[in-house]
Amino acid sequence: MTAVLDGLKVVELGGFAAGPMIGKHLADFGAEVIRIESRMHPDGFRGNYPPYLDNQPGLETSAMFAMTNNDKLGITLNLKSADGLDLGRRLIRRADVMIENFTPGTMARMGLGYETLSVDNPRLIMLSTCNQGQSGPRAHRPGFGTHLSAEGGFIHLTGWPDREPSLLWGPYIDYIAVGYGLVAVLAALELRERTGKGSYVDLSQLEAGMQFIAPAMLEYFATGLVADRDGNRDRYACPHGIYPTADEDRWCALSVHDDAEWLAFSAALGDPEWAHAPELTTLAGRREAELELDRRIAAWTAARPREEVVRVLREAGVHAAPVNDMADLHSDPQLASRMVFRPLSHAVLGSYMGVGPPFSLSETPARLSAGAPLLGQHNQRVMRDILGITDDEYSRLESGHAFD
Amino acid sequence: MGDVTGPDRPLRPLSGYRALDLTGQLGWLCGKILADFGADVVKVEPPDGDPGRADRYTWLAHNAGKRSIVLDLETDAGRESLLRMTARADFLLATFTPAELSRLGLAWDSLHRANPALVMTSITPYGSGGPDSEAPASDLEIMAAGGPLSLAGDPDRPPVRVSLPQAAAWTGLHAAAGTLLAHQHRRRTGRGQHVDVSAQACMIPILVQAPMWWSMLRRVPHRSGPYLTGRNVHGALTRNIWRCADGYVTFAFYGGGPGRHSNRELTAWMAAAGAAPDWQRAIDWETFDPATASPEVLAKLELAVAPFLQTLTKVEFEAGCIERHILGYPVATAADIAADPQLAARSSWQALCDPETGTELRHPVGYARFDGQILQVARPAPLIGEHQVEVAREYGLAEAQPA
Repeated sequence: MTAVLDGLKVVELGGFAAGPMIGKHLADFGAEVIRIESRMHPDGFRGNYPPYLDNQPGLETSAMFAMTNNDKLGITLNLKSADGLDLGRRLIRRADVMIENFTPGTMARMGLGYETLSVDNPRLIMLSTCNQGQSGPRAHRPGFGTHLSAEGGFIHLTGWPDREPSLLWGPYIDYIAVGYGLVAVLAALELRERTGKGSYVDLSQLEAGMQFIAPAMLEYFATGLVADRDGNRDRYACPHGIYPTADEDRWCALSVHDDAEWLAFSAALGDPEWAHAPELTTLAGRREAELELDRRIAAWTAARPREEVVRVLREAGVHAAPVNDMADLHSDPQLASRMVFRPLSHAVLGSYMGVGPPFSLSETPARLSAGAPLLGQHNQRVMRDILGITDDEYSRLESGHAFD
Repeated sequence: MGDVTGPDRPLRPLSGYRALDLTGQLGWLCGKILADFGADVVKVEPPDGDPGRADRYTWLAHNAGKRSIVLDLETDAGRESLLRMTARADFLLATFTPAELSRLGLAWDSLHRANPALVMTSITPYGSGGPDSEAPASDLEIMAAGGPLSLAGDPDRPPVRVSLPQAAAWTGLHAAAGTLLAHQHRRRTGRGQHVDVSAQACMIPILVQAPMWWSMLRRVPHRSGPYLTGRNVHGALTRNIWRCADGYVTFAFYGGGPGRHSNRELTAWMAAAGAAPDWQRAIDWETFDPATASPEVLAKLELAVAPFLQTLTKVEFEAGCIERHILGYPVATAADIAADPQLAARSSWQALCDPETGTELRHPVGYARFDGQILQVARPAPLIGEHQVEVAREYGLAEAQPA
């Protein structure tokens, strides 16, 4: 089978997740993605982002870099040297897509601004992704995804009303922008088919996050209501929560979305006396009694293994799922059936679990075939096979520090 | 294909393409995104309208840009009308499970035979195959089954979700990406294909590197409230959310160049306010690495920093961080976001009129600017069947009224 993006040429500059994850999705579907790093400033994911193999920090032992960069060609260029910059420009000249996630202005200062690059290559699509966009008073403000997830409203909405907010694990908002970045690149390819010209795409991670927070913003603007975190409660469903099971720190999610489902739920619990209270047949009544309901339900769930709770409720047609932890995910039959985690080989890590896309395409499935590159692993291959550089020239460039 | 862009024309890279949107809440954002990029997206609603309309602001936010027609798919005439529309459509987006699709005569095989160029995107909680393909799941169950819940919340309470449901947005976004990938293939070959989206799998990106703590080191990361975990080789917790004078702010001791700068500058800021203990001022921030630092030192730093941050408001904290180039941000509420000068300066809000109430709706726009142009939302979310007559005419349906 062919890959969707066979023949698409992508060059990436930057680091961490925001830019490189977009390139990863393109690589999963067959694009040639050349990842430019520098030996002087390797990707931040190589340097300070555990976990590492055997818990030993090192440039080639980082899980995060490996997850983010499978199926790419990895090269090092010293873009501050004239030769390195020239090689970078030559790669971009033949590219369809250039993705970068430096702070705004960095590319132009290196001589790699879109105005310059598009003169050589008018069909170039360049996507710049940064925290808050290329313009505006905070355009140059550095920050990580965890910061922006707070500034974008997500953290305030996570946790219990009587406590401080909880983190959403990691750089939540970065990955929203990755999804929008992927969509934007694909739309820019469509636009290029029509106009014959490339585009410059300014992707703001904060603004991408706003798309996910939009319901709360529309409501605020319309009514003045400031949404607050509310544990696991829901406006439209009750009961709606996370309940303990007989297994230590293993939880189940369940929710009841209408009155018919309430009856099914009650039947699945064995039609206990307390569930017969007539006020519980409506959402308003259940909400009124939510604390008591939660106590009763927890007593039932806590007496059973998690898998049994989920099975019984699902068989009754009730919304229910295990709260899968990271170990559970790797043995989840449903995720396994979709090949979400896929083993990839890597010179230092051995075999590691890469992550495939969350959608499958019937005619052109994703192909994850190679682990992430070592730093500069493909220098010779890219220079010789793609740029046609001779061995002598390669040696000259190398001794001149073009590949530092 | 229709107009793309021009001096007085909005940017519409997907103009001329037709999408039929048979999604419930789980798939709304997919069609919204196609509409953002200029596709003609028609919501096909049951006679009483999409039941998800009850969640009013989510409905409005994630259905803007679409038109609406009513078809009763429980009747032969309604299903026949839909098949006729499908023959003329480029994209079909649906949140029916495999069993529901078969019952409605919308199985992929038959649609593909009738229109080989059609791209059909199925958006379901667990995907179209596998043991859980018919299991019901809402936001909470998807966040549970996909892993994010296990990583959020306080250790002494149950795991917790984001109070504003997120699973459907993640799912719709990835569905849009998959749909456009399939479109790329159609561009090259003329052939459509089936895009099968699993909401559960769409949660995996939220986990970032957490799965690798298990697959590489056999450690299971756990929820830790306001603390970062998984960033220190000794397993130390790093506080990331701090109480301030009027809410909360976010800051953490990070490594790397920007992290080192922030750590040094926060200490200098505290020292200037007489709030930095001697031992903190004596730390060599050039060599201090939070990824390998001892848990004791990180705990001491937290005790020193917490009282200082409680003297500052969110606005004061952010201003100081900007001045000193510190990686610190407010934990913003909807009110803070509405007043955000960065979003205002970039014209990141677009006002539309709600056709139901006549009130103003402010939509976030501008996430991807093409050569400086913002993708505008073409219209507010539609009323039930608002475009019945015109859509029926365009799709060649004899019967313009609901079946």
